[in-house]
Amino acid sequence: MFDLTGKNALITGASGGIGGAIARALHGAGATVGLSGTRVEPLQALAAELGERAHVLPCNLGDAEAVAALPKQAADAMGGVDILVNNAGITRDNLVLRMSDEEWQNVLDVNLTATFKLCKGVLRGMMKARWGRIVNISSVVGATGNPGQANYAASKAGMVGMSKSLAAEVASRGVTVNAVAPGFIRTAMTDALTDDQKDKINAQIPAGRMGTPDEIAAAVLYLASPEAAYVTGATLHVNGGMAMI
Amino acid sequence: MSDIADRVKKIVVEHLGVEEDKVTESASFIDDLGADSLDTVELVMAFEEEFGIEIPDDAAETIQTFGDAVKFITEAS
Repeated sequence: MFDLTGKNALITGASGGIGGAIARALHGAGATVGLSGTRVEPLQALAAELGERAHVLPCNLGDAEAVAALPKQAADAMGGVDILVNNAGITRDNLVLRMSDEEWQNVLDVNLTATFKLCKGVLRGMMKARWGRIVNISSVVGATGNPGQANYAASKAGMVGMSKSLAAEVASRGVTVNAVAPGFIRTAMTDALTDDQKDKINAQIPAGRMGTPDEIAAAVLYLASPEAAYVTGATLHVNGGMAMI
Repeated sequence: MSDIADRVKKIVVEHLGVEEDKVTESASFIDDLGADSLDTVELVMAFEEEFGIEIPDDAAETIQTFGDAVKFITEAS
């Protein structure tokens, strides 16, 4: 089950905690991985750890030209893109009353517009191959909202609407488009919280703990697999019961 | 029939799975040959590849029939 031998996967935000776990999971299932991100050093370290079948593809998703070039760079490096995981995301938290147009726009550009462009950029090859998997990493706050994150929540909800629309357009070509919506996940960012802050967060989660990057990666691996061919337009919530939707 | 028309016809027949004699000059991909909107996008992609040309989106929208496709490609290549 879930064998990705011979498949090529492009993962954005692979230098982060969740992106790195996704890359390891897909690589472990046999896929060749294209590791994209803004910070080159962690990407190279991850590629070195994975060994064969790993390519470093630096890209700043806030740069429209770099985004436009990435699908071709990935296809040139790997021979094609069968699986796209749009995992990269940024936050610029602020209350709406204080949020600048720039804070709004930057988050929408990276999280939503770059996702749209990368989907578009890889679709041609997937449609021709009659096989493709796109997994967009959304967030629980895209469904629930969160004070201070109007821009981020809008971008993450937007990814779900876009995924469903695209899923309907290309389902007949063997290409599926799904979203994974993580809740609170343990990363370098949450490790910096105080115990008191962590306790308050855990109290909101029926499972009583934060999730791990590996638990997100497992959801992505499933949706990227041949076995998930009949799942499209879905959002898989991985949040310990924090929001049952 | 020109070489271009033959090559276009071959792509249309293969992609849409229709009989060759249905692909007439005025045959509409959608109305007569059973294509859906995604098929028309894929046909344009196939034409671009076969003839090594770029067909911009606004031009692609004007290619409705087999005859339109042959005319556009003849002028572009």
